Amino acid sequence: MSAAVLEEHGAAGVVGTRMLRREDPALLSGEARFVHDLVVPGALHMAVVRSPYAHARITSVDVSAALGMPGVVAALTGADLAAEWASAMPCAWPVTADMQSPKHLPVAVDEACYTGDAVAVVLAGSQAEAQDAAAAVAVGYEELPAAVDLEDAARDDALAHVDAPSNRAYTWELVPDPDAVRRAFDEAAVTVKERYRQQRLIPAAMEPRGVCVVPQPFGGEFVVYSSTQIPHILRTMLGLTTGVPEDRIRVIAPSVGGGFGSKLDVYAEELLCLALARRLRRPVRWSEERSEAAQATIHGRGQVQEIELAADADGRVQAVRVHLLADMGAYLQLVTPGVPILGAFLYHGTYDVPAYSFTCTGVFTNKTPTDAYRGAGRPEATYAIERAMDALARKLGMDPAELRRRNYIGADRFPYSSVAGLVFDSGDYEAALDKALELVGYDALRHEQAQRRSDGATKLLGVGLSSYVEMCGLAPSRVLASLHYVAGGWETATVRMLPTGKVQVVTGATPHGQGHVTSWSMIVADKLGVLPDDVEVLHSDTGLSPLGLDTYGSRSLSVGGTAIALAADRLVDKARLLAAHRLEAAPEDLELSDGQFVVRGSPSTSIGIGTLAFEAFTAHDLPEGMEPNLEASATYDPTNFTFPFGTHVAVVEVDTETGRVDLVRYVGVDDCGNQINPLIVDGQVHGGIAQGVAQALYEEASYDERGNLLTTTLADYLVPAASELPSFTLGRTVTPSPSNPLGVKGVGEAGTIASTPAVVNAVVDALSHLGVEDLEMPVTPERVWRSIGASAPVQGGAR
Amino acid sequence: MRVTVTVNGTTETHDVETRMLLVHYLREVRGLTGTNIGCDTTSCGACTVLLDGESVKSCTLLAVQADGGEITTIEGMAAPDGTLHPIQQAFHEHHGLQCGFCTPGMVMAVASLLKEHPDPTEAEVREGLEGNLCRCTGYHNIVQAVLAAAHSGELVP
Ligand code: FES
Ligand code: FES
Repeated sequence: MSAAVLEEHGAAGVVGTRMLRREDPALLSGEARFVHDLVVPGALHMAVVRSPYAHARITSVDVSAALGMPGVVAALTGADLAAEWASAMPCAWPVTADMQSPKHLPVAVDEACYTGDAVAVVLAGSQAEAQDAAAAVAVGYEELPAAVDLEDAARDDALAHVDAPSNRAYTWELVPDPDAVRRAFDEAAVTVKERYRQQRLIPAAMEPRGVCVVPQPFGGEFVVYSSTQIPHILRTMLGLTTGVPEDRIRVIAPSVGGGFGSKLDVYAEELLCLALARRLRRPVRWSEERSEAAQATIHGRGQVQEIELAADADGRVQAVRVHLLADMGAYLQLVTPGVPILGAFLYHGTYDVPAYSFTCTGVFTNKTPTDAYRGAGRPEATYAIERAMDALARKLGMDPAELRRRNYIGADRFPYSSVAGLVFDSGDYEAALDKALELVGYDALRHEQAQRRSDGATKLLGVGLSSYVEMCGLAPSRVLASLHYVAGGWETATVRMLPTGKVQVVTGATPHGQGHVTSWSMIVADKLGVLPDDVEVLHSDTGLSPLGLDTYGSRSLSVGGTAIALAADRLVDKARLLAAHRLEAAPEDLELSDGQFVVRGSPSTSIGIGTLAFEAFTAHDLPEGMEPNLEASATYDPTNFTFPFGTHVAVVEVDTETGRVDLVRYVGVDDCGNQINPLIVDGQVHGGIAQGVAQALYEEASYDERGNLLTTTLADYLVPAASELPSFTLGRTVTPSPSNPLGVKGVGEAGTIASTPAVVNAVVDALSHLGVEDLEMPVTPERVWRSIGASAPVQGGAR
Repeated sequence: MRVTVTVNGTTETHDVETRMLLVHYLREVRGLTGTNIGCDTTSCGACTVLLDGESVKSCTLLAVQADGGEITTIEGMAAPDGTLHPIQQAFHEHHGLQCGFCTPGMVMAVASLLKEHPDPTEAEVREGLEGNLCRCTGYHNIVQAVLAAAHSGELVP
């Protein structure tokens, strides 16, 4: 296939084509191996005993009955394991100097702080034996008052940790000019003040997590197989937390069945399997069950947002003021406190706003820890501003598309220095809006909407817009330093040619469904003039790719892909010197075309890059001082974020008799800069849209007042099926990013960021003439139905 | 208990515990790990296989219930020479998979769906795949793949 594509496109290359994925055959045939598929003789299976209480003192843990059960090799309490830890579970993002972070051990010792908090582990010969024995561990609990509701917790109604002074983790502010904000609100012709609830979400990657640690008995290393997005970060963190020297840990992420941020973490079970494999000198494995995943894997979102806009009489927004409460859950996981901060710079959205104020308080509750979930902070920001813009449009009696148009940062303003301190790299927001409105047939929809209203139809039409801009390509290391993140944001790559002309790429980016192998081989194929199929990509194994910062924040292409492109360029530079030597020409007179170095003006004098690879390998005749082999590395630290953007439009039908919402059409126009493979870009956008729609309409991790999670299975937690979603119409504009040499921006999170507000805006739009101004997510039929009953029709409305 | 099951054309007899689920039998006894487990409430469809030509969620059946039966798993779909089955090929061509975890179950569910509805509408495809969850693709390209497979003329009815 790729050969055919190359033939078709010739020297134009494969970049930019819809090349089919090289990953597919192994995944389609059942040949791919996920952690749970690994056959490891002699492995012990770990089961985790988890607290059934949201908050309780652990008064006793008795493992004696469990120890007597068939197949059981060990049963250990938090106290038994305390000596295994060189340090507590890591949080890599202390966002403020005074941030509170309660000590978090893989197995709790005296206090369980959420339902699902580990209190003991059992190891047995099979998973069933381990689970049976785990049920026989007798734990004494003394239930404590639980901090469940976020706003109650913020008032310290109950403390999430008995010894903590309060539930406040931190307060973080970004208020560049308080006077300007005050002035803008004083002088505003119109203001809106909105309050939104970002419900908690369960990421629900289809593959639950799994860990398997295989020790090498004769002084070798510990091989840690984990279903993770971050093998490199994990290796470092495992070294720091268990005291196993980092160089003795090899982390391998085999096929990983989706992550969406939930596998961008360092989890208790990873530390436990390693520590227990060390302690027992046996392989130890753990496979997460779905109902366990609902509690033991991080949740996303969980915020209460207050957003105020001040606008002049023409609807030009002069100030945005935001107050957030962010639910940390019981502990700070790897980047928990930083998630709201990733959104902190974007609450003015795509609009040119002169005054800005953002404050966020992170609050502990007795619930599963939250952390990065697809979009991480940016969906929340986009939701708030895009919902508030619609509220402002209603207040002004202005069409929401027109209001947006009036406020966009103009295409002539880039690079644009934002009031929040970012430099937006490039953009043309109005072009994306225009394209989206055209694709959806906006005017006709408005006409039909009015018609249905005046006909008194029970199926009302709603149209919802959302324009977004995100900061991606995490991240310039210096910026991360200023935000107190403890690591950098670079990525590294090596490209080498083997003697037969085949190519190996080593990357620190770690795929879990994004098709990196395909995209990376396309980039390198074009650089070197080889076939994509001849490019092998080595990844996700710290033994093969020792350094890297992994995959999250739509960074893989703009940072990792750039490192690969730079390394390939360096390899070509070296090959050019060798070619010049062989052809007895000046290097600058050589052109590389379709894998051949040709002397300009003398097309018959040429040498292929594959031949050069062999000659560099034999090293029989290299220019003076040249090292053997064709190999080059590059580490790229971006100088700026990238800023993908777009406009999405959702069209819904709302049944006023039942409250049922049908998403009947969906248009997404995205600009992610240059595209390496539009097929993969489409797929990322589709999946992102579905996840954002899921937040708008279906999903919520709900807790009862005592802190019990009510949605522990996929029967209760409503991940949408094919029957609940429409097909999507996608469009694209292309505004290359000046932030990196590929001109790319990233697209992994765009759909999720854009779709949630578009859908909720559409439902509110359908009902606005009845006086409905807001609906809490998920927008269930019941909520819709009640809102219709509760609202007074707008004066002069159509009914 | 002894069970004799034909999987992808190969018949074997094994002693299994009566409580063993079919999915565990396939993965652990027969070593066919292509069939995945995504939930514990029969909600996700990752474990879908064909039993005597009908799609079943192999986490809802015991191995002993498949005694004497004929099962096709994802490993049995491609031709022995590696040529993908038309449904697999359609998933490939339409980018109907990303992480690929739901894919084996999805492909098997599609095989059964297209047997019952050789010429389905988009709505029928969406309804027919209701029992199979995918978190990556938003289903758009899966639906395209199914429609393309149906119209490829390469499916043996
Ligand atoms: S494993 Fe989820 S339905 Fe069988
Ligand atoms: S492709 Fe990842 S769950 Fe479907």
